[in-house]
Amino acid sequence: MSASPGLDAGDREAASKGPSIPAFRVARSKRMHVYVLIASVIIVGVLASVPLWSQLSTSSNLITLFELVVLAQMWNLLGGFAGLVSVGQQAYIGIGAYGLWLLADEFHVHPFIALAGAATLAALVALPIAPLLFRLRGGYFAIGTWVFAEIMRIIVSNIQATGGGSGTTIMSVASIPFKTRIHGTYWIGLAAAVGSILIVYFLLRSKIGLGLTAIRDNELAAQSSGVNLFRSKLIVFVIAAFGCGAMGAVLGLQLLFIQPASSFSVNWTAFAIFMVVIGGFGSIEGPLIGALIFFVLQQTLSQQGSTYVLLLGAIAVVMATVAPRGIWGWVVARWDLHLFPVRRGLVMESPPERAGPAAPSEAAAASDAS
Amino acid sequence: MNWVNIVLQGILLGGLYALFAVGLALVFGVMRMVNLAHGDLGILAAFIALALVQSAHLPLLWASLLTIALMFGIGYVLQRGLLNFTLGSDDTRPIVVTFGLSIIIQNGLLLGFSADSRGLDAGAIENASIHISNQLAIGWYPLLVFIAAVAVIAALQLFLNRTKLGRAFRATSDDREAAELMGIDNRHIYALAMAVALVTVSIGGIALAIRTTFDPSTGPFNLIFAFEAVIMGGMGSVWGTLLGGIVLGVAQVLGAQVFGAGWGILCGHAVFLLVLALRPSGFFARTVTT
Repeated sequence: MSASPGLDAGDREAASKGPSIPAFRVARSKRMHVYVLIASVIIVGVLASVPLWSQLSTSSNLITLFELVVLAQMWNLLGGFAGLVSVGQQAYIGIGAYGLWLLADEFHVHPFIALAGAATLAALVALPIAPLLFRLRGGYFAIGTWVFAEIMRIIVSNIQATGGGSGTTIMSVASIPFKTRIHGTYWIGLAAAVGSILIVYFLLRSKIGLGLTAIRDNELAAQSSGVNLFRSKLIVFVIAAFGCGAMGAVLGLQLLFIQPASSFSVNWTAFAIFMVVIGGFGSIEGPLIGALIFFVLQQTLSQQGSTYVLLLGAIAVVMATVAPRGIWGWVVARWDLHLFPVRRGLVMESPPERAGPAAPSEAAAASDAS
Repeated sequence: MNWVNIVLQGILLGGLYALFAVGLALVFGVMRMVNLAHGDLGILAAFIALALVQSAHLPLLWASLLTIALMFGIGYVLQRGLLNFTLGSDDTRPIVVTFGLSIIIQNGLLLGFSADSRGLDAGAIENASIHISNQLAIGWYPLLVFIAAVAVIAALQLFLNRTKLGRAFRATSDDREAAELMGIDNRHIYALAMAVALVTVSIGGIALAIRTTFDPSTGPFNLIFAFEAVIMGGMGSVWGTLLGGIVLGVAQVLGAQVFGAGWGILCGHAVFLLVLALRPSGFFARTVTT
């Protein structure tokens, strides 16, 4: 890397005094990102106003979309950025859903507040299990996460208080008037979806994000450059558990009724993988696109049952084999478009003295381009 | 309560798990790929055998042999035609693709055979047992499965150690590029390894189908048990999978006896986590993987 993002002012000055190295600065945002920000605020604002003017069924449907966005972002944070492919995020979805029941019904916390507690519970459970799972790598790590999800499912199924395998209704949520519940869940779901994007965004812009990119590109080189692999992975894993826990709690608020077989279902992983593979690994935009596509498919095709899930699997297999970078990867390759300014690039401050073909452009010299 | 009997049952159950585990370990050993559809492919074999028995009215033995031969071919084509293209620098692709495959097989079976529980009928041998004392009896069928597991593992070990093709397997496992330079066609070796793995898992799937009932959703459980056996046994060790399977089987049977039927499998998972915490490289760690 000719220009590391860590260059300070002195280095830059020295660099700019060199005979052939033009003045530059390291930047992430472009003018376009201001428009993206304005558009994002408008979109979120419009979404936030939906319950005020639309029918309840619309709000109710959109809650599902928000859940999918959280799920896709969290799975991609693990699999797309940290190289931790999980097939067991349903563990934390289930803990979130049952955590909501535990806090709201057993400890009489208001359901909307219990949601935060349920997500925290998922993160707390992930904290000790992560170091154990990190002993496994690649595909074996994936099955390890699945084992943990199975453990949680069996435990919850065997406890009488939770209604065992036949599930339970979250009574304190059921007692909230229907309209209040849907509206409240809608706004919480929207906050969770926006929050999941913001968490990934700020994480990627942080030192941890830079370390993750380095790990993804070359684990050994990253470690020898001082990237704390274990700590970065742990932080990501716990955040993903928190996000999935929040998603599970939103699911509990939305459905009222929870059951081990569906809360801890491996289908959640199938959905997550489908969304991220279709949309594109390793970006914020990809999982968003994937979630939108999956949402539309689900609204139209989910009556088909097995055929529908089989189709999802087949599309994921074909996409991962033929077009592993997904839709957003294709967009990036074609237009070099990045809606979220998480990559660092060089911005020329003065034109180079000798115009050469190798003059670094904003994009070409991005130190953390995929 | 006869504890010897229970432990013995667990050991014999371990043989069944080893039949599922050894193929998973072989594929990982040769091409560093973890096949998340491994369990489902075993159940697919059980359904193929069932279809041959029910529709073609073949005797179980012939149906099983035909199924195993068919799975060999499926394994070769699957690896050569699809999975080889996912291998490379990116670890995520084979995981995603084999997981997708698992989803496809499960739901395909669900469409073709419905969610009903099925079983393969092997006749009188299923209930025959060797009477040792009043408290101690060994079922003929579990014993046969265990012997089959030992035979499969021994044959695989002999194949890997003594044959030219086995040497090519080991060479590819040790250093893919060097093996390629020596004239070994890795794509062919990978496809053969998958074919052999599917032969072993088909034996496991059919053995399971005779022992108990199965349905399209049974596959993932067997993947998980196989995985636990592989990790506990020590990655890269073929005999280790047998020991891992036995430890898992004993833990499950003992757990079910002590804590009740619902908790047996959980005890197996708990022992697995314990081994992972205390001895992460397994009992027989051979290959150091990075």
